[in-house]
Amino acid sequence: MYEILKREEIAENIILNEIKAADIAAKAKPGQFVLVKANEQGERIPLTISMSDKSKGTITIIYMVVGKSTKIFSSLDKGDFFEDVIGPLGMPTHIEKLDRVICVGGGTGIAVLYPIAKGFVEKGSNVDVILGARNKNLLILKDEMDNISKNLMICTDDGSDGRKGFVTDALKDELEKEKADLVVAIGPVMMMKAVSELTKKYNVKTLVSLNPIMIDGTGMCGCCRVSIGGKTKFACVDGPEFDGHEVDFNELQMRLRAYLDREKKSLEDYNCKISGNR
Amino acid sequence: MADKAKKIPRQKMPEQKPEIRRSNFKEVPFGFDKETALLEASRCLKCKKPSCVEGCPVSVPIPQFISLILEEKFDDAIAEIRKKNFLPAVCGRVCPQENQCEGSCILGKKGTPVAIGALERFAADLEINAGKKDVCLNVKKTGRKVAVVGSGPSGLTVAGDLALKGYDVTVFEAFHKAGGVLVYGIPEFRLPKTIVEYEIEKLKSCGVKFVLNYVIGKIKTINDLFEEGFDAVYIGVGAGLPSFLNIEGENFNGVFSANEYLTRANLMKAYDSDYDTPIAVGDNVVVVGAGNVAMDAARTALRLGGKNVSIVYRRSREEMPARAEELHHAEEEGIDFKLLTNPVKVLGDENGRIKGVECIKMELGEPDDSGRRRPVEIKGSEFVIDCDLMIIAVGSGANPVLTRSEKDLALTKRGYVEADSETGKTSVKGVWAGGDIVTGQATVIMAMGAGRKAATDIDRYLSEL
Ligand SMILES: Cc1cc2nc3c(=O)[nH]c(=O)nc-3n(C[C@H](O)[C@H](O)[C@H](O)COP(=O)(O)OP(=O)(O)OC[C@H]3O[C@@H](n4cnc5c(N)ncnc54)[C@H](O)[C@@H]3O)c2cc1C
Ligand code: SF4
Ligand code: FES
Repeated sequence: MYEILKREEIAENIILNEIKAADIAAKAKPGQFVLVKANEQGERIPLTISMSDKSKGTITIIYMVVGKSTKIFSSLDKGDFFEDVIGPLGMPTHIEKLDRVICVGGGTGIAVLYPIAKGFVEKGSNVDVILGARNKNLLILKDEMDNISKNLMICTDDGSDGRKGFVTDALKDELEKEKADLVVAIGPVMMMKAVSELTKKYNVKTLVSLNPIMIDGTGMCGCCRVSIGGKTKFACVDGPEFDGHEVDFNELQMRLRAYLDREKKSLEDYNCKISGNR
Repeated sequence: MADKAKKIPRQKMPEQKPEIRRSNFKEVPFGFDKETALLEASRCLKCKKPSCVEGCPVSVPIPQFISLILEEKFDDAIAEIRKKNFLPAVCGRVCPQENQCEGSCILGKKGTPVAIGALERFAADLEINAGKKDVCLNVKKTGRKVAVVGSGPSGLTVAGDLALKGYDVTVFEAFHKAGGVLVYGIPEFRLPKTIVEYEIEKLKSCGVKFVLNYVIGKIKTINDLFEEGFDAVYIGVGAGLPSFLNIEGENFNGVFSANEYLTRANLMKAYDSDYDTPIAVGDNVVVVGAGNVAMDAARTALRLGGKNVSIVYRRSREEMPARAEELHHAEEEGIDFKLLTNPVKVLGDENGRIKGVECIKMELGEPDDSGRRRPVEIKGSEFVIDCDLMIIAVGSGANPVLTRSEKDLALTKRGYVEADSETGKTSVKGVWAGGDIVTGQATVIMAMGAGRKAATDIDRYLSEL
C-alpha cells in the first residue's frame, strides 16, 4: 500500500499526487516511470515520475483524468492509498552537459519533461523551454519550468497565454535564431511527430518519450511495442525515450486506440455507478 | 497382482463437459474421489526398480506414495511426495506425465500406465482441503538471510527449502501477485489460483517474506541486496520475453503475444467484468504455435467468446509440444487445428485493426538439429484466414531487465544466466540461478528441481561461512 501525501488539482482536470514510496524515490532518475494500480480490480497505468524526493521518500505523479482508472485515481484523497506502485521502470534519460537544449512540452507531457529539463540544468546545460497547451487553464508546471530554464516560451491554441499557435512555430523561430545540440519533445503523439519532422530539417538530434499502453512494464508482454527505425522495441524496457527521427508515430497513435470503445464504455458505466443512476 | 492390474482399467477423472466448460473458467477435471483413487492406486505393481521414478525429473518416490494412498494413510502419502516435490497440487495438474513418470510406467508397455498425476493431485488436494499449514514449527534459525528474486516455481522451492532449514528468506517479485507463470500464465481452468495462494500462504506461515511490486535490477541491484545484509541470492526470474514472428503487420491492433493475452486474462482477471483491465474478444481467432502456451491462449480466447478458434502450426501433429491432455481438451472444446501452416503476413484494415492472416502451406523435409523434420514452404500455396484476433505463442526468450543491470553475471549467447547444472552456482560469488532463466522455457518440475539443487548448495555454502 502506498500512501497519498498530497492531492492537488494543478489545472483543469489535471491531478498531482505525492506518494510515499521511499525505495522508488531512492532510485528514480529523470525519464523513468511507475505503474500505478488503485485497487484489486484496477488496471496497471504507466505514469512518469515527475518529481522525487529522496530525503522525504516520496515521488510525485501528474495525470489528466481521461478514463475510468484515472477517474478512480483522482477520487483518492490525501491519506488514501494506491494498492500498487511499481518502479522505477524504463531507461533513465541520458543527461549530459550541452551548450543548448530546447525542451518542448505539451499537455501532461510537461510533467514528464520537467525532471529531464531539470536534470540537464543541474548538469550545467543551457536549457530553453517551450510549453504548449490548448489554453492557459490547462497549462501545468509553468512556474517550476520558469525557475530552471534560461528562456521560457508559452504557446496556447487560443492565445490565452503567451503566443497564439503551436509549439512548432516557436521552436522553428528558436532553431533559426541559434543552433541547438538537442531537442527533447514530450507531449501528444502528433506534437512529437511535428517536432521531430521539423528538427529533422534542422538536423538536430531529438528525444521523444513514448506512452504506449502497458501491462507489466518489465518487457514480459510486448503490448508496449513500438517501431523504431523499422525495428520493434518494447517501450517499457528499451525506452520510453527514443530518437524522434526514427519513431513510427502513426503506428503508435493507432495502437493507442486499441481499447478506445471499451474505455469509453467503462468510464460511462463508472460515472453511472458513482452518480447512482443506472 | 499383474492379473489384477489387467482387470482394472485406468481410472479417469470426471470432468466438465466440453460444451459447458468452453464458456466458463472453472477447472476442467474434478479430481478423483476416494473410491476411484483407491481403485487406481491398486493398479500399481510396486515395482522393485520402479521405472516411473526414473522418468520423474525430481525422483518422487512414486510406488511408496501410491502404497500409502492404498493404505488410506493420506497424510503420509503427501509427506512422501513432498520429500521430493515442493508443489504437488500444481505438478499433479500441469506436468507432462506422458513424457515423464507415466511415460515410463511398466504398465504402459502393454496397456495403460498408472494415473500417477491424478493420484498425486488427489493426495495434494486432500491436504489443501484440510488447510494444513503447520509444516515448519520448531525450526532452529540460522541467522543467515537469503534473497530470492522471482516467485515462480523455482523461487518458491528455494524459499521453502531454505525456510525449513532455518534461513530468513525474502522473495522479491516484480508483479503485484506472487506465483510467476502459475498466476500470470497458466489459466484458472487448468490450475485454480487458490492452489498457488495456498502454497504461498504456507510459505508465509514458515516465515518467508514476500516483497511484491519489486523489480530487481531497477529498484535494487543484487549488490544492494548484499549490502543490505543478504548472505546469498537466488535468481529465478523466468523466461518472460515474448517472441514475435517478425512478419509484416504484426503491430496491428488485435495481434497479441500469448504473454500479454494470458496476463490480461489471468493476472488482471480481464474475464471478470468486475475487473477494469480490458481484453480483446475475437469472433475468429488464430493462435500461432502448438505448445501449452498456445493451447492455454486458444482455450482462453474460446472462453472469452471466440466463435472459431484455430491453432496454426508449421509442423505436424506429432511435433506438437503441448501436454497430451491439453491437446485432447482443446480438441474436445472445438479448437480447430490448421497444421503444416505458417503465417507470412498479417492483414489490417484502414483503422489499423487486424482483418486476416496470410498463411502458406508447409511440408516436412529433412530432420533439423532438433531431430524433428524441418518444415518447408510449398510454393504458391498461400491463402488467407479471416480473423479479428491473433495470438502469438511461439516461445519466449530471456528477459533482460535484471541481467542488464548485473554486469558481472555471465550470460549465454542468448542472454540466459550461466549456472552450474548440478548446483545452480553462477559466475558471481553468493549468487545462484535456476529455472527458465537458465534453461529457457521448460517445465514447472524442471524449474522446481533446479531450485531444490540450488537450495542444497546455498545451505552448504552458508553453513561453511
Ligand atoms: C502459459 C504457460 C503455460 C505453461 N504450461 C505448463 C505446463 O502445463 N506444464 C509445465 O510443466 N510447464 C508449463 N509452462 C512452463 C512453466 O510455467 C515454466 O517453465 C515455469 O513456470 C518456470 O518457472 P520459473 O520459476 O523459472 O519462472 P516463472 O514462473 O517465469 O517466474 C518468474 C517470476 O520472476 C518474476 N520476475 C522477473 N523478473 C524479475 C525481477 N527483475 N525482479 C523480481 N521479479 C522478477 C516474474 O514476474 C515471475 O513472477 C507454461 C508456461 C506458460 C507461460
Ligand atoms: S512403474 Fe508403474 S506400476 Fe511400477 S511402481 Fe511405477 S507407477 Fe507403479
Ligand atoms: S508493458 Fe509489457 S512488455 Fe512493455
